[in-house]
Amino acid sequence: MNTEKKYLKLSGLEPLIITPESNFINVGERTNVAGSRKFLRLIKEEKFDEALAIARHQVEGGAQIIDINMDDGLLDGKEAMVRFMNLIAAEPDIARVPIMIDSSKWEIIEAGLQVAQGKCVVNSISLKEGEAQFIEHAKKIKMYGAAVIVMAFDEVGQADNYERRIEISKRSYDILVNEVNFPAEDIIFDLNIFPVATGMEEHRRNAIDFIEATRWVRENLPNANVSGGVSNVSFSFRGNNAVREAMHSVFLYYAIKAGMNIGIVNPAMLEVYDDIPKDLLEHVEDVILDRREDATERLLDFAESVVSTSKERKVDLSWREKPLQERITHSLVKGLDEFIVEDVEAARLEAVKPIEVIEGNLMIGMNVVGDLFGSGKMFLPQVVKSARVMKKAVAYLLPFIEEDKDGASQSNGKILLATVKGDVHDIGKNIVGVVLGCNNYDIVDLGVMVAPEKIIQAAKDENVDAIGLSGLITPSLDEMVYLAKEMERQNFEVPLLIGGATTSKAHTAVKIDPQYKNAVVHVHDASRAVTVVGDLLNKRTNQKYVGVIKADYVKVREGFANRSSKKEYVSLDEARKNKFKIDWDAVTITKPNFEGIQVFEDFNLTKLVDYIDWTPFFRTWELAGKYPAILNDKVVGGEATKLFSDAKIMLAQILNEKLLTAKAVFGIFPANSVNDDVEIFADSDRNKVNTKFVTLRQQAKKKEGIANIALADFIAPKESEIEDYVGAFCVSTGFGTAELAAEFEKDHDDYNSIMIKALADRLAEAFAEYLHEKVRKDYWGYASSEVLTNNELIKEEYKGIRPAPGYPACPDHTEKLTIWELLSVKETIGVELTDGLAMWPAASVSGYYFGNEKSKYFGVGKITEDQVEDFAVRKGMSIEEAKKWLNPNLAE
Amino acid sequence: MEDIRNILKNKILVLDGAMGTMIQQYKFTEEDYRGEKFKDFKVSVKGNNDMLSITQPEAIKTIHGKYLEAGADIIETNTFSSTTIAMADYEMEEYVYELNYESAKIAKEVAEEFTAKNPTKPRFVAGSIGPTNRTASMSPDVNDPGFRAVTFDDLRVAYKQQAEALIDGGVDVLLVETVFDTLNAKAALFAIEEIKAERNIDIPVMLSGTITDASGRTLSGQTAEAFLISVSHIPLLTVGFNCALGAKQLTPHLEVLSQKAQFGVSAHPNAGLPNAFGEYDETPAQMADQIKEYLDKGLINIIGGCCGTTPGHIKAIAEAVEGYKPRLVE
Repeated sequence: MNTEKKYLKLSGLEPLIITPESNFINVGERTNVAGSRKFLRLIKEEKFDEALAIARHQVEGGAQIIDINMDDGLLDGKEAMVRFMNLIAAEPDIARVPIMIDSSKWEIIEAGLQVAQGKCVVNSISLKEGEAQFIEHAKKIKMYGAAVIVMAFDEVGQADNYERRIEISKRSYDILVNEVNFPAEDIIFDLNIFPVATGMEEHRRNAIDFIEATRWVRENLPNANVSGGVSNVSFSFRGNNAVREAMHSVFLYYAIKAGMNIGIVNPAMLEVYDDIPKDLLEHVEDVILDRREDATERLLDFAESVVSTSKERKVDLSWREKPLQERITHSLVKGLDEFIVEDVEAARLEAVKPIEVIEGNLMIGMNVVGDLFGSGKMFLPQVVKSARVMKKAVAYLLPFIEEDKDGASQSNGKILLATVKGDVHDIGKNIVGVVLGCNNYDIVDLGVMVAPEKIIQAAKDENVDAIGLSGLITPSLDEMVYLAKEMERQNFEVPLLIGGATTSKAHTAVKIDPQYKNAVVHVHDASRAVTVVGDLLNKRTNQKYVGVIKADYVKVREGFANRSSKKEYVSLDEARKNKFKIDWDAVTITKPNFEGIQVFEDFNLTKLVDYIDWTPFFRTWELAGKYPAILNDKVVGGEATKLFSDAKIMLAQILNEKLLTAKAVFGIFPANSVNDDVEIFADSDRNKVNTKFVTLRQQAKKKEGIANIALADFIAPKESEIEDYVGAFCVSTGFGTAELAAEFEKDHDDYNSIMIKALADRLAEAFAEYLHEKVRKDYWGYASSEVLTNNELIKEEYKGIRPAPGYPACPDHTEKLTIWELLSVKETIGVELTDGLAMWPAASVSGYYFGNEKSKYFGVGKITEDQVEDFAVRKGMSIEEAKKWLNPNLAE
Repeated sequence: MEDIRNILKNKILVLDGAMGTMIQQYKFTEEDYRGEKFKDFKVSVKGNNDMLSITQPEAIKTIHGKYLEAGADIIETNTFSSTTIAMADYEMEEYVYELNYESAKIAKEVAEEFTAKNPTKPRFVAGSIGPTNRTASMSPDVNDPGFRAVTFDDLRVAYKQQAEALIDGGVDVLLVETVFDTLNAKAALFAIEEIKAERNIDIPVMLSGTITDASGRTLSGQTAEAFLISVSHIPLLTVGFNCALGAKQLTPHLEVLSQKAQFGVSAHPNAGLPNAFGEYDETPAQMADQIKEYLDKGLINIIGGCCGTTPGHIKAIAEAVEGYKPRLVE
């Protein structure tokens, strides 16, 4: 016989290898409808979220395998098994462990095997129905790649003594190993644990027979494993948990020694062997090991004197017993707001002045949060939750502090934050505010669309220590430059911080830094804000720090000057000659099914959910990675999963309670290009030009055969006499966002305030994607047979494009004015444009539709003076104004 | 011809490189893809590389030939997407048998030519079985994580049809590759076991998973070792990884397989990681240099290339392999 040692290997998302060193593998048993009435009720009522919570609780509690059983007369067991296992597969913190598929029905077992990617355990098969069926099932299990529990059961009945246990396990083993070629290490014998101390003579040896049979199996059937359900053994002491816990421990102690290596036991119903009182231990061992004739009577008598102390506990609240400071720190670090007011009140009563609670207790906790965040052990969503707890605590203390009059807080400094004039995007700015707030800075948040005069005035009035400016759209960059100039002119000395998606170190170094002789720092992301501000406000070292930054920016400027001088451009005329050429005779232009303007006033948000691209959502929260892989990411996976689950809850609420309103307007019009313009005709007669889109052309010198593209190239030229079309659109899901965010902010809940905005942004993008598809397939109909998955949509694998003003193919924001007039955007759906031509509400998307199959996204890049002049004429603007809007794209 | 199982005991075998990268260079138009046979086909088929085995067989043969010329011992059939599930994108489900059969046949023809030229270096054909574009372990619907777009049985039936046609066409080995969801792979292995039993044959099976990113896990979330355990119930010729990562990034995961697997170990990494434009720019010399590390550590039995690799890469790899002993399989 082959005696090479082989071990049972199982897998969920992670491996589980059962070696002699693993001691004992505990199987979680609460996800079993036969064993848990609560679980049965949840499954019957289809409360799968709560049912999943039970599974999660088991894994968190240390179960290394989870047993799932759906055998109930009133359930469709097969459907329930598949549904629940599929749901578990979507929960990485549960799915990491292997699953034990537990059923007496083969069809349920097979259905379970078909939905598990890992190596499961089948629970169970036996010789009960004869050899033929036993072999057939074992062969199938082998093909599916699972291990198997074999019950000590045969055609005659269940094994209930030592000899029968050996007989059946030997016979089963031989068939499996020799006839089916089943790997011996994948066999687990369940040798039947039956109750002892029942008062019946024939039950006296139930435990000891199991233990001895286990020893025999492990010695005589190489590599096979032994398992059993432990709680059965103490069945006759139901109601007396102290005795039951001791019985389980004693039984396991001896069974494990004999070789039982897997089992089902509720860890909460287990006493530590060494902690069992001596007298109880003796009585229990007498029963388990059948050491005395009168063992049962003696234990029964003794049991009456044993007071039961249940160890079952729902939530681990042991931290509530720790000292006050540790409790406050715990709440802050874990983001728990349940007890914070209670603890803060206790701290206030101990303190001389209420302000001490903030400066002492709470700051100690927030420093821990800051350190963990700084060292990468906490992630942004957690910090924002901590801030929520902090704010709640501070809000509770404020009335007491005001009563106390002279309680001026000693903060690290006062920071002014604002989104600049013309811009409405504030998610990033709010995150910076929260993070700095957590680190004991006072935040003066002026909100969005803040005029420079107001920023200057507030900075003076509040005597702030630093100013932080944020912006997302390109015109905001000029606002920042302007503000730097103003600060210089008015002899400011405080540092200026620059942040936001459109900002960059290069722009800050080249355009903003030279305007202000004091510190200007580009802050790449919110997590850097704390260290940057800390360095800037540190009176001992800040001179040196600012010196280093200034020197660095000088270097960036020099590098930039060298680089930009090397770039070659061609004249606008040459660029036009090298336009993107389309063979207009060869392409078919689909006449739109619909021409004119269509408005959606209250679009059903539910339809947009499938179109959401989640990856940018995580980026908003500074969690790097692609969805859905990010949910399993080693570093941020846990936080991403929590964040995603919070997001889904809020999304469901948005949908169910219609918290946001989605509106859209779009139009498709007859059009032709004339040079770099797209002329839109008033009607299908094409005699009268209604308005025109003015597009910009690439001017960088291209390699042979590469075109200098303008969007107009994708529309048939007027002289071709081909009837072409162009579209435009604006969608918004932002109506309601500001009100909801304000509600949350009132409750000091920045986490949800940021969440609602981030979700509204995602929905707006999803709406744009959805509407584009509708236009492609139905309204215009040039791609009526297109079938794309969400992933392909995100990768933009469709025909035709929807470029947006303000983005690389059309960096000119003023085109939005043309779209607004053409579609009456403001009048129909109420989306407005700010001075800086940002859309309000912020969760809006607008752009053009180009349907030609050759059309593609590109970046205009830098343009030269001649195009600016030409553009100004075509737009009817002064050259100065044109330069102002095109500033980021002007070649040096 | 000698059994590949015997050859593997003494020799590291070289698998070919990317098919798609080579096809791209032909810049085939919609008409080229359609060829004569599909000239009036109902939907656009440009991009359906597998059908080129029928409409542009000379090009596919040429590519196979280039890889064999470069020193590959095993070439893969042009059938990565030839299941009814993946072909649904092009509405070509009904041609699945033909696609696999023809691809296998032409690959075998070219391989036999080369074997005849030099019988001391026999060339083998591996039937490429891709992951399909659906996943049995994950929901495509964020609102319904319990939903599945494809079932085990759907996959089993589709894979069975593909594998049978490949075997009929004459492949020597089946290669279930780019496994991003282990459950899909298990369905393929199940189907192959069925065929083996029904036809009473013992065709060798190679299995190759994909570690998606730096997380070190498959797309469906398994670690390398959990993946290995989940497929170890089948007597595989080799288990390995391909795609998604370059040779360098793949090293730690191959080490796991090399330590734990009772089968041979294979790798066909990409030519590095894609650059900002989605292109692979690791040169043959650079890639071969990385693979030297595998060889020095004795990690592998079969080595080739995935996305971005060319006959140049395979030549460099074949040269690097010279003189090295294969990893010892117990």
